[in-house]
Amino acid sequence: MSELYKKNVDELQSLLTKKEISAVELITDTFDRIESTEKEIDAFLTLNKENALKKAEEIDEKGITSEKLLAGIPISVKDNIVTKDMRTTAGSKMLENFVSVYDAAVIEKMSEAGLINVGKVNLDEFAMGGTTENSYFKPTKNAWDQTKVPGGSSGGSAASVASGQVPASIGSDTGGSIRQPAAFNGIVGMKPTYGRVSRYGLIAFASSLDQIGPLTRTVKDNALILNAISGHDPKDSTSAKLAVPDFTANLTGDIKGMKIAVPEEYLKDGVAPDVCQAVQEAIKTFESLGAIVEQVSLPHTKYGVAAYYIISSAEASSNLQRFDGIRYGYRSPEAKSLEDVYVMSRSEGFGPEVKRRIMLGTFSLSEGSYDAHFKKASQARTLIRQDFDHVFSEYDLIIGPTTPTVAYGFGEIVDDPVAMYMADVLTVPSNFAGLPGMSVPCGFSEGLPIGLQLLGKHFDEDTMYRAAYAFEQATDFHKKQPAILGGK
Amino acid sequence: MPINAEEVKKVANLSKLAITEEEIGMFTRQMVDIIQMVELLDEVDTEGVPVTFTVAHDHTVLREDIAVQANLTEELLKQVPETEDGYIKVPAIMDNGEAGA
Repeated sequence: MSELYKKNVDELQSLLTKKEISAVELITDTFDRIESTEKEIDAFLTLNKENALKKAEEIDEKGITSEKLLAGIPISVKDNIVTKDMRTTAGSKMLENFVSVYDAAVIEKMSEAGLINVGKVNLDEFAMGGTTENSYFKPTKNAWDQTKVPGGSSGGSAASVASGQVPASIGSDTGGSIRQPAAFNGIVGMKPTYGRVSRYGLIAFASSLDQIGPLTRTVKDNALILNAISGHDPKDSTSAKLAVPDFTANLTGDIKGMKIAVPEEYLKDGVAPDVCQAVQEAIKTFESLGAIVEQVSLPHTKYGVAAYYIISSAEASSNLQRFDGIRYGYRSPEAKSLEDVYVMSRSEGFGPEVKRRIMLGTFSLSEGSYDAHFKKASQARTLIRQDFDHVFSEYDLIIGPTTPTVAYGFGEIVDDPVAMYMADVLTVPSNFAGLPGMSVPCGFSEGLPIGLQLLGKHFDEDTMYRAAYAFEQATDFHKKQPAILGGK
Repeated sequence: MPINAEEVKKVANLSKLAITEEEIGMFTRQMVDIIQMVELLDEVDTEGVPVTFTVAHDHTVLREDIAVQANLTEELLKQVPETEDGYIKVPAIMDNGEAGA
């Protein structure tokens, strides 16, 4: 069958269960597609070809059972999620040759569902950044325009899906790292509620904010993957002991009477006119579908970035202490004393953005600075949470732009940390509150995709999928494809 | 609070990072910008506002303390940069001037 790479998860699922294609055929085709597009996209850090084909053979032998409905579907995984049969680099020289002795909980869940991990994809080093330019290995390219960044930190995930290398990917989001690259590549990205997906085996950046989630080309595909990876895990004490609903159950297109809030702060100066325009059009679409859309205020939005860079860097400075050159990871060959092993291994093993954040975090937590910075930021976090509580006491959903602008060119902001950090203004608040956040395509500016952000109540991804699906069915944005995927 | 090159050196030291003279200029400049950006928080009235450190659904999670035999020594040692006879090898912790110290 031709052009399998253009098909979505649900279409492939149907072809596989009806035996119109075999898993081996699909996986072989996937690697052909990756090989033919990789020089343009540069999404992958490690391929898992041999193992993936072996798994596909097993699936073809056993057949697809009802509890393994995603059997044979290829998926890529962000390289900060540990895997036993492949190295996990976190995009860092520090972990260039690191192989985990265990699989992350999501990898086990993927396996249980029959998903086939075809390889590990690029990211900003330790998930710190929004362009993949902070990767030690290479920058990944935007699927729509290879002179633009794919966003980040899950840039490899987003570009691999948008360019048709894989129909789905697993990313992680600490301050927007799933939603922003999804927006920049014109695909669907979901950061679930904090606690919905186990973080066991996710290399920790900021543990109170990190969450794993899926990136796909359609809303339904996204719901199918989240179904597979959600649920309580005793190995992650922050994962919630709550039942996981079927996220595809309410994809009906009916959102009549849904109450949607639009925060005025999300459409203020700093947000590009084309982006505002696309969101205004999206509001009209929701209204035409029978939703009630009203303007609200999230007054502490503008403090989000400042508080985020203190809190996330403080947590990172603590989490990244484990990289000391002793038990695993990079050790400087020049080290002459134990102190050298720590200092030289870290200095040679980490890139500049990681060092900046470790230092900012150490500074924020240090004596004389703790009250003014870390404590103050943690109080601002409470105010941001309360803003959301207030709005969600009356509304089902919040919508706004995912990012203030479309994708930028390489080198445009990577050397200006403050400019880079400010680009996260619309995504970090939901991580602070632990709320689920999602990006879906809602327009284009000069040929580059614009993302619409949906924020939901805690553990109410269902309502977000319902609204996102209705929006997707009412619009054509998801049908436009980048040139690399046959679009014009 | 202002941050200068001395402060950056101190923070790098606490972070177990060595930065070159060249880098000190760059990091100081960037840290000054970042600290200036985060000082926007000064204008927020946080009087009496509690801190948020976690948004986990369950705060205290207990489980049975059951021993699990992992048997991973060999695999774990494969990741160690330098080993000898099944031990992790590191340079001398204290240099007392004697050979092999």
